[in-house]
Amino acid sequence: MDPAAAKLIGAGLACSALIGAGVGIGSIFGNFLQGALRNPTAAPGQFPNLLLGFALAEATGLFGLVIALILLFVF
Amino acid sequence: MPAGIAMIDWFISAAHAAAAAEGGHHGGDFNPMHQFVINRYFPLYLFGYDASFTNSALWMVMATTLVTALLLYSMRGAAAVPGRLQSISEITYEFVANMVRQNAGDAGMKYFPVIFTLFMFVLSMNLLGMIPLPGLGAFTVTSHIIVTFALAAFVFIGVTLIGIFKHGFGFLKLFVPSGVPVWLLPLITVIEIISYFTRPISLSVRLFANMMAGHTMLAVFGSFVVGLGILGGWVPFIFMVLLMGLEVLIAFLQAYVFAVLSCIYLNDALHASEH
Repeated sequence: MDPAAAKLIGAGLACSALIGAGVGIGSIFGNFLQGALRNPTAAPGQFPNLLLGFALAEATGLFGLVIALILLFVF
Repeated sequence: MPAGIAMIDWFISAAHAAAAAEGGHHGGDFNPMHQFVINRYFPLYLFGYDASFTNSALWMVMATTLVTALLLYSMRGAAAVPGRLQSISEITYEFVANMVRQNAGDAGMKYFPVIFTLFMFVLSMNLLGMIPLPGLGAFTVTSHIIVTFALAAFVFIGVTLIGIFKHGFGFLKLFVPSGVPVWLLPLITVIEIISYFTRPISLSVRLFANMMAGHTMLAVFGSFVVGLGILGGWVPFIFMVLLMGLEVLIAFLQAYVFAVLSCIYLNDALHASEH
């Protein structure tokens, strides 16, 4: 295979990290809503943890983006 | 991080190429990476190292000056009933103090100044990057991995030294969690050691990737607005406004996550022997 084509395919495949990020962010907010609707008084106290979880889940998708950029521009 | 440096080099060369192309034929080529160019304002080479005063340095100076000026000016006549400006400083102080107390315990409050400085520095650089200034453009210092890696390495080395000075050899207990079956210990210890040493990488890449991806996305959407013109540009413009709001949220969130994770690492080092 042409190395340039392999690079592009690899970079595209690296973006599949976003699948995991999507599942993760969805599950965090979904579970937070479930918990918050059952016990609304306890919900505000867990808001920082919600944001932390969101940022951690989102970052895994961005690691995929970084790998895509490295594949495209470093090799 | 040779990969990171090579990438930044690529950004710079690609951006210069884009700038040259723009000069050739009017705005035909658009490069969303153009915003990451580093310009040398005062070239300075010390002992073979490039120590020039760049636009990155200028934005860092602006960020620190703004934060220092805000904190000093708002607390100049500290009143028992705070006014608006004083409230800003007090709320940020309380916010970070609560974060440190919750995540690193009372022993961690000794290191509150470091965490507060880190948080305010990263937050102000993230937020300043959202504001384009006349003549300077918009530049986010934290969208360069070398800056975030230096910050993360500073946190990592500092926290490790604190742990070693406090616990001596007991610090190594951090890598051997209690309550794990003996036959699993060899595997768990290796995993713990690897995860410990990848901390500076994950801490820096998280901040850098969020900032860079966000600003590239903003540039791409901005090019849609310009490209579609005054008739069709309104649709992406609405998205642009929403994305801008999201980016402000992300700018705050990433500074918060950076500070919280620093607190958690600090907590690990302070309470290594009770792990």
